[in-house]
Amino acid sequence: MSSPHGGARYEPFAGFDSVGGGSGRPPAPDARTVGLRAWIRDLALGARFAAGGGREGWTRTALTAVGVGLGVALLLLTAAVPAMMHTRDQKRVAREPSSAAYIAHPGASTLLSEETGTTYHGDGITGLLVHPEGPKAQLPPGVTAWPGTGRMVVSPALERLLASSPLLRERIPYPITGTIGHAGLMGPAELYYYAGSDQLVARDSTYHHGNADRIAGFGAHSNSAVMGPTFDLLLIVVLVVLLLPVAVFIGTAVRLGGERRDRRLAALRLVGADIRTTHRIAAGEALLGAVFGLLVGALLFLVGRQLASHVTIRDISAYPGDMAPNPALTVLIVLAVPIASIAVTLAGLRGTTIEPLGVVRQGVGRRRRLWWRLLLPAAGLALLAPLFGKVKGDVSLNEYQVAAGAVLLLFGVTAVLPWVVEAAVGRLRGGPVVWQLATRRLQLNSSSSARMVSGVTVAVAGAIALQMLFHGVDGDFVSSTGADTSRAQAVVNGEVGDSAQVASYVRSIAAAKGVSQVYGFARADATRPDASTLKRDETTDYPYLPVDVAGCPTLRQLARITSCAPGSVFLVPPDDDPYVHGDYVKFVRPGGLVDLNSPDSGAYHGKARLWRIPAGAVTAHPLPQPSGAQEWGVLATPEALGKAALSTPQAQITVSVDPKQPDAIERVRNAVAAFGPAVRMYTLHDTKEKSNYIQLRRGLYAGATLTMGLIGASLLVTMLEQLRERRKLLAVLVAFGTRRSALAWSVLWQTAVPVVLGLVLACAGGIGLGAALLAMVGGPFHVDWAGMGAMSGIGAGVVLLVTLLSLPPLWRLMRADGLRTE
Amino acid sequence: MTAATEPLLLATAVRKAYGPTAALDGADLTIRAGEVVAVMGPSGSGKSTLLHCLAGIVRPDSGEIQYRGRELSAMSDGERSALRRSDFGFVFQFGQLVPELTCLENVAMPLRLSGTKRRPAERQAAEWLERLEVADISGKRPGEISGGQGQRVAVARALVGDPRVVFADEPTGALDSFNGERVMRLLTDAANDTGAAVVLVTHEARVAAYSDREIVVRDGKSRDTERVS
Amino acid sequence: MSIGHTLLGLLESGPRHGYDLKRTFDERFGHDRPLAYGQVYSTMARLLKSGLVEVDGIEPGGGPERKRYAITDAGITDVATWLAQPEKPEPYLQTTLYTKVVLALLTGRSAADLLDSQRAEHLRLMRELTRRKRDGDLADQLICDHALFHLEADLRWLELTAARLDQLAAEVTR
Ligand SMILES: Nc1ncnc2c1ncn2[C@@H]1O[C@H](COP(=O)(O)OP(=O)(O)OP(=O)(O)O)[C@@H](O)[C@H]1O
Ligand SMILES: [Mg+2]
Repeated sequence: MSSPHGGARYEPFAGFDSVGGGSGRPPAPDARTVGLRAWIRDLALGARFAAGGGREGWTRTALTAVGVGLGVALLLLTAAVPAMMHTRDQKRVAREPSSAAYIAHPGASTLLSEETGTTYHGDGITGLLVHPEGPKAQLPPGVTAWPGTGRMVVSPALERLLASSPLLRERIPYPITGTIGHAGLMGPAELYYYAGSDQLVARDSTYHHGNADRIAGFGAHSNSAVMGPTFDLLLIVVLVVLLLPVAVFIGTAVRLGGERRDRRLAALRLVGADIRTTHRIAAGEALLGAVFGLLVGALLFLVGRQLASHVTIRDISAYPGDMAPNPALTVLIVLAVPIASIAVTLAGLRGTTIEPLGVVRQGVGRRRRLWWRLLLPAAGLALLAPLFGKVKGDVSLNEYQVAAGAVLLLFGVTAVLPWVVEAAVGRLRGGPVVWQLATRRLQLNSSSSARMVSGVTVAVAGAIALQMLFHGVDGDFVSSTGADTSRAQAVVNGEVGDSAQVASYVRSIAAAKGVSQVYGFARADATRPDASTLKRDETTDYPYLPVDVAGCPTLRQLARITSCAPGSVFLVPPDDDPYVHGDYVKFVRPGGLVDLNSPDSGAYHGKARLWRIPAGAVTAHPLPQPSGAQEWGVLATPEALGKAALSTPQAQITVSVDPKQPDAIERVRNAVAAFGPAVRMYTLHDTKEKSNYIQLRRGLYAGATLTMGLIGASLLVTMLEQLRERRKLLAVLVAFGTRRSALAWSVLWQTAVPVVLGLVLACAGGIGLGAALLAMVGGPFHVDWAGMGAMSGIGAGVVLLVTLLSLPPLWRLMRADGLRTE
Repeated sequence: MTAATEPLLLATAVRKAYGPTAALDGADLTIRAGEVVAVMGPSGSGKSTLLHCLAGIVRPDSGEIQYRGRELSAMSDGERSALRRSDFGFVFQFGQLVPELTCLENVAMPLRLSGTKRRPAERQAAEWLERLEVADISGKRPGEISGGQGQRVAVARALVGDPRVVFADEPTGALDSFNGERVMRLLTDAANDTGAAVVLVTHEARVAAYSDREIVVRDGKSRDTERVS
Repeated sequence: MSIGHTLLGLLESGPRHGYDLKRTFDERFGHDRPLAYGQVYSTMARLLKSGLVEVDGIEPGGGPERKRYAITDAGITDVATWLAQPEKPEPYLQTTLYTKVVLALLTGRSAADLLDSQRAEHLRLMRELTRRKRDGDLADQLICDHALFHLEADLRWLELTAARLDQLAAEVTR
């Protein structure tokens, strides 16, 4: 064992003939010559530290892995979103009837189809009435056999829904002959059916006089709606705001146990580890945590994906198989997370020198400098500033510039935070014991507390900015419909033969239980009396003069009418649209002639069907309709028209239901469904939003929930780790006779102080970013104080909750044999 | 001690200040191969600082420290780390063991850092643990053993790399006199066997009595009994 | 404890009468046992004979008690040697050591050096005992330990004195 050194060891002057050449013994292999082996050894050693070290070490690594894993799962989910969207889009397009060109005659592969949607208890149900005209007609995706006439194939979710709701079964009564497979559905919760029908009549070349389209098959090429640069801006900012806290969080997670690690590395320095070796060991530790984190993240993602298939968020569901992370992004995550964790670890070590005697913090005694921290947000602002006022119309946005600017601005908040905490805490002295304990601890190591709340800070700042932006651009995407939902809840319209048919529709709707009021009229168009003599080509302008036909009670709903009897006619001038007003003044007057054969597209067809407006027609003022529209033109009782035939009259029925009968609207839908596919029903809403914008908002809410949950989890993890690191001190304080409640309060203060500072900073940063974003879209500066309060409140609430959750472990730590450590 | 032996460590006029306090104010001393030197002096006199300077883990403000003729402060961190691995061993009062590693792994660490493979390194470490009568705890972690056992593990670790100098700072400070003397005995015996010099900082006379001679540090100045005589 | 060396040391600060010497000695060292006149004069006579002191003068009025003694160069060397010579470590040494320390302070010599060499002497003996303990049987070990603990106690006292030298010097030279 005590292998004697070479005999020369004990001789005088041994080794001194080689002064400068080092020891006379075989030289210790140095880092350069060992190279790769040293790397592997040190990384393995670091991994050993991360994995070994008893319960303590395991717990810390597990916490890190869970922390990183949560972040990775969220990243993977995000990486799956583009593919998911793509798959959904593809599936959607694949089942859309292809309508490249009008097909006049049935062929071997043509089919007739008509979409017939309905809504049941707020869930949208899509149905397609189909009728194959030839043996080679293409089946829709996911369907293996045509449903026979009067039968249908349904999605599994619809099958379940039908089985459980007789009311809906009444509306969709067809016997079920099969189910639609994955290929034909966007998600497991989708409600979809294909029903065979022999009632379908192909529309003519002007898309009139029929109730179905003749199509060549399924699979259309549709380009999705372009939303413009403001939408892109929103999308980018949403992604930044959701993902940045995740990045910050991963950075925090891999730094867990930093103090212990520093002590450990110092002990290794003493037995001869050089600085590079300690860095490699630290890298190894971080690497193992990150790799475990990746595994945990992958697991969480896979499990979550399975669970997600049972969850429907606002009509959106997805098959697990469709949520496949983009391979390139996955590779990026798998590489970036370990590399980033090593980079964060090494960056954290840069400010400190691990010396054999312990850790020398170079920052000690020297105050943090502010200027480079301010450089970050300044740089972010500099990137965004050139775009001020430019984001509108069709300009294409430089996504990278926006993303980089937003990221820098938000990162600036986290960079400034440690300085703010240090500057603020440095002045605190005195106070009660609990306060003193908390502030002194913060003074000693303010950066770890600052780091702990930086995730919350970024999230809140981002949310505030987003809220400001959303608020500022709401007008672009949400428009008021003018509908008065207190007066009516639905309108029904569709092609009818004549006004008598409208009256029968109104009667059957009125018969449905829960309907409180219903009225309807037949709307037809008229045009100038000499229309048939004008040059018949596409450029001829035919004035549009609406003629609404209904009984007196209905007419009273449309205009201010004093007396009405069968045969009455009223003339309602248009609001103040100068264009139609001119036509109205010219052709609509008592005793005037109009042509009821109005051309509905381009050229005039057929012969004129002239009708003279009775000389007794009275001018009346319109009444605003629940749908938000105002009727104008000729309001006539059926008797006034006599035998004159209307051309393509449309039913316009307004329905109000008893709000106390929740199923009333469903019964109306059932009644309307019986009228056939040509008649549609719409429920009324106060506002109308563009659907992509809605999706984005929903995504934001879902993402924000996830992010806040994640941050809460991260806080808990860091808090527990901090408590573990301070276990000895806590034990000493308990030994002194410090009351536990006092310690709990000091822990709370210790968290609360940075949180409050962080939230103040978050508000400032959020308003700054929000103002910059608003300036980009040219919106007026506006601070949503309520929203800001809510966001800060949520942030503070998360911290409070986490502190409360960390109390039981704190109790346990203080009770246990805390004094015996190391 | 044989005065003819060339000094292993030679310190001349070493000064080190921490801010306004001068921890070392002109310390001189000589350590020769194989001797056990006690460094004594009142608390705060600079004993530990002197030891750290001699071992190259604290850089003096001025003065020279030569190890085998080479100036320590002229070496790079890598060279000094290599020196700690191959030529020096350390035993401190506490806290020098890595809490995450078992005792066996702690002892094997200097060898592994010098590039020895795990198995031979651990075999050698096990032999040392046996020699220091703590073979039974080799699988335990430092948190699970007594202070005396911990010091013996530390001694084993200090000696496993076959060092030329062992630096010991209050190695028995936390032990009772019986255990303290046992540790001292094992340390000096083992050092004698391997021919390592021991620099022993202590304020306990009975511990210092295990030395060959003593050096007194007072107010940052050292008196080397060898130089005085 | 050597009265001769002590009196010699006291003379280093200047010539004195025999009565003066006794009074100073009693003040500083003879707390519980004042020096007898007879002992002073017999000691001085011996020192005179060995040439370590000389008679500096005689006060008018005659009589042996009025002689003024002064230290010679040989006497100074003798004091220095005595002070530098560590005492053989043994129990109850402190009276001698205390005297030596005070004298060193009085005569402007380094009391710290004195304590250091005494410590070295103690340690030398302790090393010897430790070595014997290492090689001996249990009985040897126990005996050696007893001695070691006593020596350690002395050493502690030495340390304590060393730590308070400045304080002591201030009192002695006041
Ligand atoms: N890292 C440091 N920072 C500031 N001052 C220090 C530091 N290390 C030591 N000192 C100071 O230097 C002086 C010498 O300290 P040192 O630790 O060397 O004393 P010591 O002789 O080992 O004392 P002890 O016997 O109590 O261990 C002391 O005044 C101490 O306060
Ligand atoms: Mg010390």
